[in-house]
Amino acid sequence: MSAVLHDVLTAVLVLAGAAMCLAAGIGLVRFPDVLSRLHAATKPQIFGLMAVCADVAINNFSVGTVTLVVAIVAFQALTAPMAAHLVGRAAYATEHLRPDLLIVDELRGRRADR
Amino acid sequence: MVLQVVAVVASVMFAVGALLAVYRIVVGPSVLDRVIASDVLVATIICALAAEMALNRHTDTLPVLLVLALFAVLGSLSVARFLPARDSA
Repeated sequence: MSAVLHDVLTAVLVLAGAAMCLAAGIGLVRFPDVLSRLHAATKPQIFGLMAVCADVAINNFSVGTVTLVVAIVAFQALTAPMAAHLVGRAAYATEHLRPDLLIVDELRGRRADR
Repeated sequence: MVLQVVAVVASVMFAVGALLAVYRIVVGPSVLDRVIASDVLVATIICALAAEMALNRHTDTLPVLLVLALFAVLGSLSVARFLPARDSA
C-alpha cells in the first residue's frame, strides 16, 4: 500500500471515530429523554470503536494485532447491547421517558417486568 | 503533516464529546441519564486510546482496550438491573 493512501485511510478512520464520539456527546446534551439519549450513546460504542480498531489493524497488520482487535470488537458487540437493553427496560419500568415522543408503544397496558 | 492536523482535530472532537458527557453526568436528571453518559465517557476513552495507537503506529494499549470492552458494561448493567422503581435521584 502506498504511503499516501495509507495516511489518507488512517486520517479518515480516525476522524470517523472522533465524529461518532462528538455526535454522542452532542446527542446526550440535546436529546429530550432517556431512550433518545440511549440511541445517541450507542453510536461510538460500536461504530466508532470499529472504525478506530480497523485503523489500528491496518496500521500494524499482523496476526496478533488482528486477533486482538477482532476480540475487542466482538466483546464490545456482546456487552454494549446488553447494557443498552437493560437500561432501556429500566427506563420504561421506572417511566423515565416521555410517552408523547413514542410513535409505537408495544408495552402499553403490560407490566414491564424487570 | 496531514496526520498532525488530523491528530489535533480528532483530539478536539474527543475532548468536546467527553466534556459533553461529563456535563450530562453532572446535570442528570435521572440516574439512568448518568449511567448512559458514563458509558459514553468510557466509549470515548476507548476510541481516543485506539486513535492514538493508530496515529502513532503502535499497539501498546490494545490490552487496555480489551479489558475496557469487557468490563465497562458492569457498572451500567448493575445500576440498571437494581434500580429501585420510582427513583428520582
